[in-house]
Amino acid sequence: MSDKPYVARSAAIAARVLGDETMVMSAGDSTLFTLDPVATLIWESVDGLTPLEDIVQTKVCAQYDVSLEEALNDAKLLVEQLAGHGLLLLSDQPIAQSAKLEEAKP
Amino acid sequence: MSGLMAEMVGKALKHNIPLSVQLDLTYRCNERCIHCYLDHDDHGEMTTLEIKDLLDQMADAGVFYLTISGGEILMRRDFFEILEYARARTFSIKLKTNGILIRKKEADRIKELGVESVQISIYSHIPEVHDAITKLPGSLAGSIEAVRRLREHGIHVVLADVLMLSNANDYAGVRALAAELGAKFTLDPTITPMMDGNRGVLGLNVDESALREVFRNESLVGNVEEFCAPPQGVEESALDMLPCSAGHTACYVSPYGDVYPCVQFPLPCGNVRRTKFAEIWRNSPQLLEVRSITLRDMPSCSACTHGGTCTRCPGLAYLEGNMRGPSSQDCEKSYARTGVMSENLKTKKASALLAAGAPLIQIQNLQSAGL
Repeated sequence: MSDKPYVARSAAIAARVLGDETMVMSAGDSTLFTLDPVATLIWESVDGLTPLEDIVQTKVCAQYDVSLEEALNDAKLLVEQLAGHGLLLLSDQPIAQSAKLEEAKP
Repeated sequence: MSGLMAEMVGKALKHNIPLSVQLDLTYRCNERCIHCYLDHDDHGEMTTLEIKDLLDQMADAGVFYLTISGGEILMRRDFFEILEYARARTFSIKLKTNGILIRKKEADRIKELGVESVQISIYSHIPEVHDAITKLPGSLAGSIEAVRRLREHGIHVVLADVLMLSNANDYAGVRALAAELGAKFTLDPTITPMMDGNRGVLGLNVDESALREVFRNESLVGNVEEFCAPPQGVEESALDMLPCSAGHTACYVSPYGDVYPCVQFPLPCGNVRRTKFAEIWRNSPQLLEVRSITLRDMPSCSACTHGGTCTRCPGLAYLEGNMRGPSSQDCEKSYARTGVMSENLKTKKASALLAAGAPLIQIQNLQSAGL
């Protein structure tokens, strides 16, 4: 993964925030995942246009007592795992909306 | 239910979130199934805009699982506009349809939109039997063609069969058909009264011996000994259990915007044309009443030996006259399953004997009995 990845939610998912957590389902294989409050914060913030580092700094570090380095490492691990399940898209370039829709097609 | 799913349901209960909604887009249909509980005339369906607004409200309220059903959903010209909008609001979507209007273009679009599964009603593998139930000649062939198209796209398909007198011998055939098509299979052994309370269709239900046969079919129920084990009575902890998800984490919205606890529980709780969905969900007196009911509050069922394991449907109980009462159809299922009568059935049998003029306690002369 690039040092400064851009992250977008895949269109091929179902998702809903439940309290301070999020349930996410992959439309491909119906596998269900839950995201804890910090992961939910990142999930809700990724827009394909804001670098992950900025999201971690402005959202996570602003709300939790954690260093940017530590939070960013954890965030990268999280987005890599979710991308592995097809729930997120990763790129070293901003991700346009059309790309997200294209990715959802069979 | 998986551990994760159970956890989510627990969270939804804690936060009072309607996790699942069935939304019927229309009651219009191209079939006229003999067991259908709906009136197929259009009495003023919600418009596209009203439905989109409702979808926004439901997403904001936390609805995750959305079942889009009818009537026949593809009778609505705006069906794909609604489906696309719903997917953009990231619902997990299941479609219920007879599939007859699903051609290549429709199958392509369903795949494109990431629908979780499509349930198609198949009542027999024999065209004459299925078509006599749907009253639409050629309907079995049309539905099977749709299943094939959807499966070619890799879409999960479920064949839904309903057990009734005219197809009682065919469920194994439908099951084999499902396997051949790469689809799942479900069998509903209960015909429900019509939404207006008309119980005429109940005459289509199979008798107890046919039910007993279904409940002893290992390929349908798994471990027969366990499934049909006599009930062990009600434990104290079971008395506070919730009867089912209706009104607790799930509800139903009709094509006219009426909200009910479940499609099988026609207790009107509000209308989204007059009141916001979340307001109805949180504060409708009817939903609050449904939520307040536990097994402990049901006079007959709390004393019944089946209480802890019964599949009692509160909607069917409501249609029988009392949402805190027993659902006789479920009592009959429990009896067919275990051979043990519920309290409700015992009372009914005693009443029937009295009405017939027979004494409750019958003493027979041994000599006249030939002993």
